[in-house]
Amino acid sequence: MTSSFPRRFSPVALVALGFWLVLLALVSVWMSRQAFRWLPVQASNAAPLVDGLFSFETGVGTFVFLAVVSVMAWVMLVHRADKYDESDAEPVEGNTRLEVIWTAIPLVLVMAIAWYAIRVNTTLGVLGPMEHIHLVNPAEQQGGYPGDRLPAEQVQVIARQWSWEFRYPGAAVSSTELHLELDRPVTFRLVSDDVLHGFYIPAFRLKQDVIPGRAIDFTLTPTRLGRYRLRDSQFSGTWFATNQADVVVESPTDHAAWLKQAAAAPLQSGLSVAAAEYRERLNHPRVGWPTVVPAPPPQVNVPGTSTLPHDA
Amino acid sequence: MTSTSLSPEPPGSWRRYFGFSTDAKVIGIQYIVVAFFFFLVGGLLAMIIRGELITPASDLVDRTVYNGLYTMHGTIMLFLFIFPVLNGLNNLLIPTMIGAPDMAFPRLNTAAFWLVPVFGTLLIASFFVPSGPATSGWWSYPPVSLQNPSGYLISGEFLWVLAVALSGISSIMGAVNFVTTIIRMRAPGMTWFRMPVFCWTALAAQSLQLIGLPALTGGALMLLFDLVAGTSFYRPEGGGDPVLYQHFFWFYSHPAVYVIILPVFGIFSELFPVYSRKPLFGYVYVALASFIIVGLGLIVWVHHMFPSGVAQWMRNLFMVTTMLIAVPTGVKVFAWLGTMWGGKIRLTTPMLFCIGGLFNFVFAGITGIMLATVPVDIHVSNTYFVVGHFHYVIYGAAVMGIFAAIYHWFPKFTGRMPYEGLGKLHFLLTFVGANLNFLPMHPLGLMGMPRRVSSYDTEFAFWNVLASLGAFLLGVSIIPFLLNMISSWVRGPRAPHNPWNAIGLEWLLPSPPPEDNFGEHVPTVISRPYGYGSGEPLVENQAQIERALTLAEATR
Repeated sequence: MTSSFPRRFSPVALVALGFWLVLLALVSVWMSRQAFRWLPVQASNAAPLVDGLFSFETGVGTFVFLAVVSVMAWVMLVHRADKYDESDAEPVEGNTRLEVIWTAIPLVLVMAIAWYAIRVNTTLGVLGPMEHIHLVNPAEQQGGYPGDRLPAEQVQVIARQWSWEFRYPGAAVSSTELHLELDRPVTFRLVSDDVLHGFYIPAFRLKQDVIPGRAIDFTLTPTRLGRYRLRDSQFSGTWFATNQADVVVESPTDHAAWLKQAAAAPLQSGLSVAAAEYRERLNHPRVGWPTVVPAPPPQVNVPGTSTLPHDA
Repeated sequence: MTSTSLSPEPPGSWRRYFGFSTDAKVIGIQYIVVAFFFFLVGGLLAMIIRGELITPASDLVDRTVYNGLYTMHGTIMLFLFIFPVLNGLNNLLIPTMIGAPDMAFPRLNTAAFWLVPVFGTLLIASFFVPSGPATSGWWSYPPVSLQNPSGYLISGEFLWVLAVALSGISSIMGAVNFVTTIIRMRAPGMTWFRMPVFCWTALAAQSLQLIGLPALTGGALMLLFDLVAGTSFYRPEGGGDPVLYQHFFWFYSHPAVYVIILPVFGIFSELFPVYSRKPLFGYVYVALASFIIVGLGLIVWVHHMFPSGVAQWMRNLFMVTTMLIAVPTGVKVFAWLGTMWGGKIRLTTPMLFCIGGLFNFVFAGITGIMLATVPVDIHVSNTYFVVGHFHYVIYGAAVMGIFAAIYHWFPKFTGRMPYEGLGKLHFLLTFVGANLNFLPMHPLGLMGMPRRVSSYDTEFAFWNVLASLGAFLLGVSIIPFLLNMISSWVRGPRAPHNPWNAIGLEWLLPSPPPEDNFGEHVPTVISRPYGYGSGEPLVENQAQIERALTLAEATR
């Protein structure tokens, strides 16, 4: 009801406020740099884009958070009632100009973030990881993907309760460890034998649900040599936590050698922590409830390992 | 005022809390007490969960047990704690704030409440059937929720679906009642824009219940048919679509977050003015922002499904709608800051809980914006980042707001004053515990630790130990609260009608209010709420009413 809000500030107060805002801005910039360190190593061409957006959001978010908390701290320190002061404060009921300002600023801010995110999204779509969903075609399952014209390596990913199997139709190789060639696009065809799973490689900043009854094509390019973790990210039952596999990004020569060696290897049981734990559970029953029996370990050329140290 | 409406409750009336009362104030307390019983149960499950996660290996409980524990923790906390406790506050506050003698449909109100112990018992019973409880998470996504390894018809999942459907029915019954009461039973002179903001937010939240719950209940019914009757709504092998369920589920369960947080915004809007001794800054904008949140809240649900394989245009569309919610929410946050600015702030227990809740909420809002942007969400969805985010919303903001409300209105409805010292200790433990518990979940999610895991790689151990320590601190924090509630209810100092010098119709009633509140002497409202410092009376003959109340207190 009065127009005394905002009050007129003295020049000293304005300078102090400006100084404080600059300080908050500096802290925010520093936090946005730190943000990269909270994320795993960047091992795909998608990772720098995602991390750039996250860093930007961290910077903006830090500034907003600190600004709001500064006001809260200020009023708690300065506008506290004296101990025996039972009186009311000056009855300021609102200020239309301020309402307009603090509607407009967040609106502009979130739309700017959305615009940035849509741009990243579009770039990611051009780079590859744009999913293409279709029904499972049993003929295609046998090998090769007729109709695909991408110069990409093709890998079929089969998710089960609870193991991952990777088939390389071009080389007649199957494995429970995912081997990829550095800097060469790879197209995954994701299928599930039973329930929903999530194909998630944190170092690649990439996640896609695997949906039973559908095949989902998914392209990306690994950009860093190393050993990374693939984790199931959509809850899939008892041994969900163990449904992991290693992802090895190797040089073209190493990759060719691996494929050649793998093709010559005999089929054997692949990795399945769930199957091993289930056998253990049968021998030494623990207090627990009935569980879905794990699928038998897939028969593969290369079981790989899950005990080597991984980069992310 | 006549003496009839000032007379205290009949003596020996504690028994009414154990029967089928139709008095909203009794039902309100019944809701809150039952909700806190389940809060302890759900909290105990959380302690075991954090005990398992304090080490990387699955070494405390069997994996099936872990999955049952986290599923039941989420289900109990949402359907048996937070919704009932908020309905308890609705029952206590809506009639007294608008000057109604009771709810519009008192018997429907009783029925809605008594469904809570019924489905609560069903849910707890699932621990004792051979299959064990449901183990597929509180989302209960098919096909994993349709796998019934025990083979029994009466499985944990069956009881879970039944309990959730009953909870939906109870909530719809409650929503019909609250909406009708607010629309039809306001005191003379209480126009829409003289209504307290808590009632605005309750109206907004309960409208969301009416719109959203049928989708969840329908979706759950189809899940039940798939589970026990061999239908294939969601079974891929029968031509069904598992992703369809996700749409039904999130069409309700995202707005459900606003059903929870809107009344908490209402609590903040009531309490900041009282303890800042200033009117609510921009009352009209705060009131209307609730309904903008309702409108936007109904068109954001696909942001829970970005990695489920939705089209790119849908991802972008739902990202923008989600971001827009920040605007009306921001209006509210700035209004609370504006209320405190230049105020005469009193850091009482309820005020501390409000300030702590606001602090956590602003943090949760920022991680919420991060989650809304598709590329970042693709990386962190279904990781601990999300778990951290929503625990900041639900525990950090909503539960803190609920504690604030309980301390603030406790004297009104029990007639006793709570202890400040224990209250402040409770606040300190809760605030430190919540942040220590939920902040470490964010780095874990960014590093790539999926949620719902019973074991994890060793690189995640450090932050998990911190989170577990925070969780145990939170577990301890409930002890001073319970002590305070029980002790002050039994032998706390008698409360005057308006111990906080607050403005509102409920503070013009004796503490505790008589069964029919104002009875036939409902005062006429003549000004806006929150007239702190203006000296304007809220109702006609206010001085007379207050004098009568003070006189009655002096002679009791």
